[in-house]
Parts: sequence; C-alpha cells; structure tokens
Amino acid sequence: MADKVLMKGNEAIAEAAILAGCRHYFGYPIPPQTEIAAYMAKKMPKIGGCFLQAESEIAAINMVYGVSATGKRVMTSSSSPGIALKSEGLSYLAGADLPAFIVNVQRGGPGLGGIQPSQSDYFQATRAGGHGDFRMLVLAPASVQEMADLTVKGFELADKYRMTAMVLADGTMGQMMEPVSLDYDIAPAPEKPWATTGTKMAREHNIVNSLFLAPEELEKFNFDRYERYKYIEENEAMYEEYMMDDAEIVLVAFGIAARVTKNAVNEARKLGIKAGLIRPITLWPFPKAPFEKAVDNAKAFISVELSMGQMIEDVRLATECKRPVTLCNRAGGMIPSPEQVLEAIKEAANGGAK
Amino acid sequence: MVVFDKPHALNDMPMHYCPGCTHGIIHRLVAEVIDELGIEGRTIGIAPVGCSVMAYNYFNCDMIEAAHGRAPAIATGVKRADPENHVVFTYQGDGDLASIGMAETVHAAARNENITIIFVNNAIYGMTGGQMAPTSLPGQITQTSPYGRDTNHCGFPIRVCEMLSQLEGPEYLERVTVNSVKNIRNAKKAIKKAFQNQLDGKGFSLVEVVSSCPTNWGLTPQAALKWIDDNMLPYYPLGVYKDRSAAKEETK
Repeated sequence: MADKVLMKGNEAIAEAAILAGCRHYFGYPIPPQTEIAAYMAKKMPKIGGCFLQAESEIAAINMVYGVSATGKRVMTSSSSPGIALKSEGLSYLAGADLPAFIVNVQRGGPGLGGIQPSQSDYFQATRAGGHGDFRMLVLAPASVQEMADLTVKGFELADKYRMTAMVLADGTMGQMMEPVSLDYDIAPAPEKPWATTGTKMAREHNIVNSLFLAPEELEKFNFDRYERYKYIEENEAMYEEYMMDDAEIVLVAFGIAARVTKNAVNEARKLGIKAGLIRPITLWPFPKAPFEKAVDNAKAFISVELSMGQMIEDVRLATECKRPVTLCNRAGGMIPSPEQVLEAIKEAANGGAK
Repeated sequence: MVVFDKPHALNDMPMHYCPGCTHGIIHRLVAEVIDELGIEGRTIGIAPVGCSVMAYNYFNCDMIEAAHGRAPAIATGVKRADPENHVVFTYQGDGDLASIGMAETVHAAARNENITIIFVNNAIYGMTGGQMAPTSLPGQITQTSPYGRDTNHCGFPIRVCEMLSQLEGPEYLERVTVNSVKNIRNAKKAIKKAFQNQLDGKGFSLVEVVSSCPTNWGLTPQAALKWIDDNMLPYYPLGVYKDRSAAKEETK
C-alpha cells in the first residue's frame, strides 16, 4: 500500500505538478492559493526547475505561453480576480493551440470580493475563459487526493489535446488538509514537433501564432478545434454517482458543495427520501450520461452551489428541462450546511411545498 | 561574385510595409546580425502587435506571436525554458513596449532577463491608422490628438532608455536611428552588441531605434527621415544610456 502524506490542498497540487514533470511555475500572490507559489519557490530551485514570481497575473500567463511554445510542461495558479486578468492570455493560448495547466482556487466575488471559498467562477471557466470560441478542460476536485490526481490528469490532457486544462477548486479545497497518496505512473509527455525550440538549421521554422487575417483560414482553425472538442466531450467526461440507482431527488454538486451534500443525502435516506448525488468531476465537458440515466426516475433536481446559480444552467441543459431544477446556494464566501441542503431535499420531496 | 545579398535569416516573403518604412531596414539589420553571429538555428523571435505583427513571416528563425505588450514576459518564459540554448529577441513598437506593455518591459529589465529587445520608436501607432503613442511629441498631430498633443491634457512623452537606465537590472541600453548610412551602421553595431551580450550571458539589452512612419506622419519618406533629425532626435537623443560591462571596465 502506498504511503500517504498529510497535505494541504494547495500544496498537493504543487507536488503533483512537479511529479507530472512541470519544471516551470510562474505566479503572483493572492489568497487563498499563495501556498502553491510558496511551495514552488522552495521546491523548484532544489530540483533544477524555475520558480518566478511574475509582476502580475497577466505577465505570469504570458510566461506560461512562452514556455509552452517551447514544448515544456508549465503552469500558473491564481484565484478569481487574478484569473480574470489572465483572460487575454487564455484566449491566446487557445488560438495558438498551446497546452497549459492552470489552477483557480475560487474566492467570493465579484470584484475584489472576499477570500472565503466560492464556486462563482463556473461561468468564467466553462463559458468565458477569454474572448472568442474556445473551451478549456475544467476539472473540479472534491478532496485533497483529487487536487493531486486531477493535476496529473490535467497535464496529460493538456498535452494530449493541445489546450488549457484548469483545475477549478474552491478555497476550502485549497486550504484543507487530508492524507494523500502521490504514487503516480507518469507517462512520458508526447513529442511536440510544432514547438519553437530553434530550427537548428535542420527544418523549416515553426510559428506559434493565433493571428489569421484571412477569414476562411481562421474559420477552418475554429471548425478543426471544435472537432477536437467534440471528441473530448464524447470521451473525457468524468463524474461520480452516489446513491443514484433509485434516486428520486437528484442533487448535483462539485467540490466542497459535494462533500456537504453527501452528508445531506445520507440524512435524507435515513428519513426515507430517495436522494442521490451526481458529482461532476469534469465541468467541461459536463457529464451528460448520468443525467440521461437519472432523469426518467427522478422527480426533481437540486443544484447545490457556492454561487448565485451557474452550474444549474448545465443541469437544466443536461436534463433537457424535463424535471424541475432548483438552486440551493450560498454566496460571498459562505458554505452551505448539510442542514440547509437537507431542507431543500425535503422541500423537493414534498413537491416544492416547505 | 556576390557582393550583396539577402541575409539568410530573412526569407523571401514580400513584406507588407509602406514605402519608406524603416521596419525594412531594421529587419535587415537584425537578420544580418543573426547571420554573422551564426545563431539562426538557436534563435526564437517574438513578434509584437503593431505594423510588424507579421514579422513571424519574414524571419527564418522560429517565431512566436505575442499578445500586445506581453513579448518581454513571453521572452522570459522562452529564455528560462532553456537558457543555455535559446537565443531570444523581441521586436516591438512604441505602443507595444511603452504603453500596454510598460510593466512587462520594466520588470524584464529589472530582472535583467538575458534577452535582446529591439524597440522601434516612431512616435505613433501605425497599424491602427495613426493614433497617439506614449512617445508622440508635444504638439504632434495624430488621429487621437487631432489638435496636437496637449501636455496639459495627456502629459509628456516617455523616454524609455532614460527611464530604464535608472534600474540596477539592465546590462545595455542604446538609442540609435536609421535615417542615414552613418546612423544605420551605428544601429547595426548596437544591435549586434545587444545580441552578443545575450550570448555572453551579460543580461538585458535593449536598442531603441528612432524610426519614421511616412504614412501616418503625412510626409514623404525623405521628409520623414528629416523629421527624425529635426523633431525626434532633439527629444530622444542618440547615445548609450547604460553599459554595465563598459562601466565595470572603466573602474578597473
């Protein structure tokens, strides 16, 4: 049995990134994720890697762009307002088909907001990483173990599909400490013949670029990219089903909300309510299969979120609005309690009556 | 016997620059230096947003297109990905380097990133049709200063070499121009030094090339070259603003 280490979520991400072969980290301090930068600052010099505190989150994402163009694994991390600063860079990475790994440890917003946990960057991650047509792989851990596992997975997927993989954690995931096993079999990174590493006078020059002024050419790039995205939607969705076999009240939650909701589901079952939980692990691609399976037997869906309701729209889409979908939420850094979720379950079980 | 030829580091793509644009001269000087130093196979150039956005089509080395102003940050990544093997240069205009990219410029200089920056200063935003630049002169008429740049309203132009010379970080800062044969020869020497410094591991080297934009200055190419002498150089004097290695030599 592999040894387990007690680690903070943020630090588990950093260690897993290093194990995945990342030797370049660029970042800027912002709570609640600065531990990632601090860990990298200590570790990278010891292993011949590069830690650099950039002058801003904008500079950091562009340093990521530079390293990625040379074909190496690289990452940055930030929290909500800092991720907003990276929008331009994320769009450029997508337009140039560059792999990148990025972490958002979400805090309350909008604006400067607060530093307590939230999930209110769901839209930003799944709909609006930056301008233009593009998607990012969005991975939502619900434990420190998943913070590490999804980091390793994120680097692999980013390289495989030449796109950005984002771990979308909430502040609780970043700050909590749990035992984690870091025993990974890391597959070697794929060859990158497109990378700008110097021609060595042995090949035509490579160009890393997202500018295509001829609209026919730019259109083709977009359509080709979306073929890749279609393949990802069909093959890379991940989710967990908890007590879903006979579920009539279906809870949908990710991250800390899923941990809380599991407690509520257990309590509901004790009261004889057939509650179950679908926990998306990829938020993009959003897992449609468990909803298709559940919708006929379900009476209602409840989206449990630390936001004013963002994932709920994907729940409505995945169920094709065949059943009522309601929101159970907190915002601003507050976390729903199991009691609050249980009340919502009872209400749904009573057909909406309190 | 071939007396004069296109440098190998420039390819055959027809350039899109305006007649009389100094980008053509500056591209050639950079390419000649790359050839003479024998570094084309190791060089990765970073193109800006501006008239020279398509520089990636003109240089034969590996090229990266940067977001507006972000080239020094991208260069930081490319250089630190393989400091021994990658020779990295950015090629940027005045909007790219001194407006939106000012933070990236200052911090790359402060960190003494071992890169080479070619800064083309023609006091105007050419590609977007002739708007005011952070280096536009007081009274200069542009599309966004149609009554002439009013320093009461929007302040004074920025002298980048002077400003960066206050930092401990940079190795070498020189301002040159390309409006005469003598000046072009000097400019090439400076550009070569800026690349040689990188090869020697000496650090951040920036050459500011005072340039013309006949189209958006509303002048003929020859008149534009004269405008450099009459108006640009008095505000942006030519010269070496920092040379750490030379200063060290002197104190020995």
